[in-house]
Amino acid sequence: MTKSELVERLATTNGVLTRKESELVVNIVFASIENALKQGDKVEIRGFGSFTVRERGGRQARNPKSGEIVDIPAKKTPFFKTGKDLREKVNDLKQ
Amino acid sequence: MTKADIIENIYEKLGLSKKESAELVEMVFDIMKDTLENGEKIKIAGFGNFVVKEKANRRGRNPQTGEEIVISARKILTFKPSQVLKASINTQ
Repeated sequence: MTKSELVERLATTNGVLTRKESELVVNIVFASIENALKQGDKVEIRGFGSFTVRERGGRQARNPKSGEIVDIPAKKTPFFKTGKDLREKVNDLKQ
Repeated sequence: MTKADIIENIYEKLGLSKKESAELVEMVFDIMKDTLENGEKIKIAGFGNFVVKEKANRRGRNPQTGEEIVISARKILTFKPSQVLKASINTQ
């Protein structure tokens, strides 16, 4: 499923919103999460999961082409932890 | 931040009632859950991909007793953030 398919499904399920409005809703959902993470905030979505920011320490690595040692600076990375309910339901598929 | 803050943002920008805004946010996550529960992946451009992956059986150890156990095969949900999201989080 792509974002536009999600927009489409939201518009049909809801039945009231136009496609444009439906797209705006989906965009606001993800922009809100992004903005919270940018501020280092944790985002908790009940029944779905939580998004947090994890810090990765700087490290040294090698440029595989030239063999040169380069410093990789510390950086932040978004992390998603699946909620218990969704985790169990996703796993249930198998049985 | 929780769902309530997302609902507030929708309410402010779309001029819908709080109740309608709440229902819409609920709907977005319900659609996503449904899709993932069916094993289908979700690709959100500029944000990231949610993918259901199959994990094979593996050996593990009970950290308390040291006893060897088999961790059964399972399906797990992973999130791979897009380059855009990663870059955005690293800029002030």
